[in-house]
Amino acid sequence: MPMSEELELHQLILDDTVYATRFTRKFAQHKPHQPVNPGHLRARIPGVVVSVAVQPGRKVKRGDPLLILEAMKMRNELLSPAEGVVTKVYVTPGQMVTKGELLLEIE
Amino acid sequence: MSWLTKIRDFLSRKETVISGGGAKAIEKQLAMGKLTARQRITAILDPDSFYEYDLFVEHKCADFGMDKKSLPGDGVITGTGTIMGYPVCIFAQDFTVAGGSLGLAHARKITKIMDHALKLGIPLIGINDSGGARIQEGVNSLAGYGEIFYRNTLASGVIPQLSVILGPCAGGAVYSPALTDFVFVVDKISKMFITGPEVIKTVLGEEISMEDLGGARVHTEISGNAHFYADSEVECFEQIKKLVSFIPWNNRKKADPYPPKPPRTGRDVEKIIPVENNRPYDVRDVIKAVCDDSDFFEVQKHWAANIVIGFARMQGQTIGVVANQPLVLAGVLDVDSSDKAARFIRFCDAFNIPLVTLVDLPGYLPGVDQEHAGVIRHGAKLLYAYSEASVPKITVILRKAYGGGYIAMCSRHLGADFVFAWPSAEIAVMGPEGAANIIFRAEIQGAADPNAMRREKVAEYTAKFANPYIAAANGHIDAVILPAETRDFLIHAMEISAQKTETRPSKKHGVPPV
Repeated sequence: MPMSEELELHQLILDDTVYATRFTRKFAQHKPHQPVNPGHLRARIPGVVVSVAVQPGRKVKRGDPLLILEAMKMRNELLSPAEGVVTKVYVTPGQMVTKGELLLEIE
Repeated sequence: MSWLTKIRDFLSRKETVISGGGAKAIEKQLAMGKLTARQRITAILDPDSFYEYDLFVEHKCADFGMDKKSLPGDGVITGTGTIMGYPVCIFAQDFTVAGGSLGLAHARKITKIMDHALKLGIPLIGINDSGGARIQEGVNSLAGYGEIFYRNTLASGVIPQLSVILGPCAGGAVYSPALTDFVFVVDKISKMFITGPEVIKTVLGEEISMEDLGGARVHTEISGNAHFYADSEVECFEQIKKLVSFIPWNNRKKADPYPPKPPRTGRDVEKIIPVENNRPYDVRDVIKAVCDDSDFFEVQKHWAANIVIGFARMQGQTIGVVANQPLVLAGVLDVDSSDKAARFIRFCDAFNIPLVTLVDLPGYLPGVDQEHAGVIRHGAKLLYAYSEASVPKITVILRKAYGGGYIAMCSRHLGADFVFAWPSAEIAVMGPEGAANIIFRAEIQGAADPNAMRREKVAEYTAKFANPYIAAANGHIDAVILPAETRDFLIHAMEISAQKTETRPSKKHGVPPV
C-alpha cells in the first residue's frame, strides 16, 4: 500500500547509544521547541485582525490594548504582555492570521 | 382478498422499500465507486445468510414537508446473518435514501439490532454512510445518536463491535465508531470529522479538502482513529472476515480454535535479530517465525509503527501480540504507541485472548513535544492496561529491556504469568553507553585518555549488566531460553494457563488515565 512511510534509516541517539532506525512521519516532521519570547505577540487562535491600536515606536505599558482579533465570533482585545516599545507591527486590519502567527514585537 | 392478492401486495411493498432511493440515486452511488448498502451486506455475509428486519419502519416527522416524504427503510438496513458460519448482527446506512441521514426511526432500527446483538451475545457490524443528522427532525435526530452511543458503551467489552466507514461520517455520527472496537476505512471513500472543511473555513479561515481533513489515510496514519485501511471495499470486507475469524462471539466465550499449523518461515528466529543492540530489524518477522502458519493479522499498521499489535494463533488458539518495533524509532514507547497498545490490550483482556508481548526497546522517547503532549498520562495507560489484564500474559524479552520500558512491557511486576528472555536480552536501567557515562563520569573525565577509559568502562558495564542473568538471579524472569525454543515455551505457557483465574478487588470500575 502506498502509504507515505519513511523507509530510510536515520540515527536516533538515546542515552548515548546511536540507534539506526526509521522515523515515523510525525517524528520526522516534529519541530524543535522554541523558547517563548515575551516581547513577541502571537495569535493564540486563528482569526481576523479587526483593528490595530499601536504603531512602531509607540511606548506601551503592560496591559495596554494592542489590537483586536476576531476569532470564533468573539472580539478579543490583545493586551501588551510587557512594558516596552513596539518595534514591529506585522498585521493590518482585515488580515486573516493563523494560529501562532507573529502579530507584533515589543522590545 | 385472496392469498395471491395478499402476497402480490406484500411483494410490491417489499420491492418499493428494497429499491432504496431509486435507480437514479443508486446509479449516483455506484458512480462514486461505492457499493449500495445491500450489496455491502451481501458481500460481507455468507451467501444467502442475511435476514432483514424492520423493512417497513417509517419516520413520523411531519415538519418541513416531511409528512409527504416516504423514506424507504428510513435510510438504514438492519438484520442478522453469518460470516463463515459465525452469527452477527449488522446494519448498513443507505446513502441513496435521504443521504443516509439519521432520524429517530433510523436510529431506533439501529438500536434495536444493537439490543439484539447484546442479548444474543454476537458481534455487531455497523456500516456507516450518512450525511449526518436529519435536520428536519431536530432534537429527535440527536436523541437517536445518543441512544446509539449509550448502547455502544453498554456493549463495549461484552460483544465485539466493528464499524465500517464507507462514505461520510460527520459530526456526532463519528462517535459511534469511536466507541466501537475496530474501525475500517477505505481509500477515497471514507470521510470522518467532527466539523467539516466549510465550518473550519468560516470559523478559522483555514482551507482544507475533505480528504486531507478526514480521509482514510489521515485516520490511518495521523489520528489513529482507524484500525484497518483498504484500497477498495472488497479488500475491506476481506479484512472484516479475517478479523471475525480471530475473535470470540462475546466476552463469555473464547475465540474458536483453528487447526494448528507450524510457522511457514522455519525456526531460525535468532538470525532475524542483529546481536548489536542498536541495529534495526522488523519484529514482525519474529512474530511470523513463531506463530501458526506465519499468519499475523496486524492492527493499526500505519499509526505509531514503533509498536506492533495484532492477532495470530499459537497451536490453533488466538493470541494478541504486542511487540516493540526496533525498525521504527528504535521501538521506543511514546504517546501514540502507548495509546495504541493499551487499547488493544484491553480489547484482548475483555475477550479472553491471551497476550504475548515481545520486548526490545530502549525506553521512552525524549522530547518537549512528548512531555507537553502528556506522555506521562498516555504512558500510564499502558501500565494500567497490562496490570488490569487478567488473561494469560506471556512476555519474551528478545534484546533490550531498559528502564521504565522494561517495567511497562508486561514485566513480571505488572502481573505477567511467564517471562522468558533470550540470551541476547539486556535487562538494565539503561544501555551500557549511557550507564557507563553516568556511573564512571569521574574516572572517564580524569583519565589521560577519556575515550579509551570510556570504552573500557562501557565494556565493563556491558559484561556485568547487559544480560538476562541478573534478572534471572532475582526471579524477575522465569527462564532464559534459546530463540529456537520460543514457540514451544509459548505454546506450553498458553496450555498451562488455559484455566487461569485471577481474583481482583471488587469495584464498580477502575479509573484509568483515559
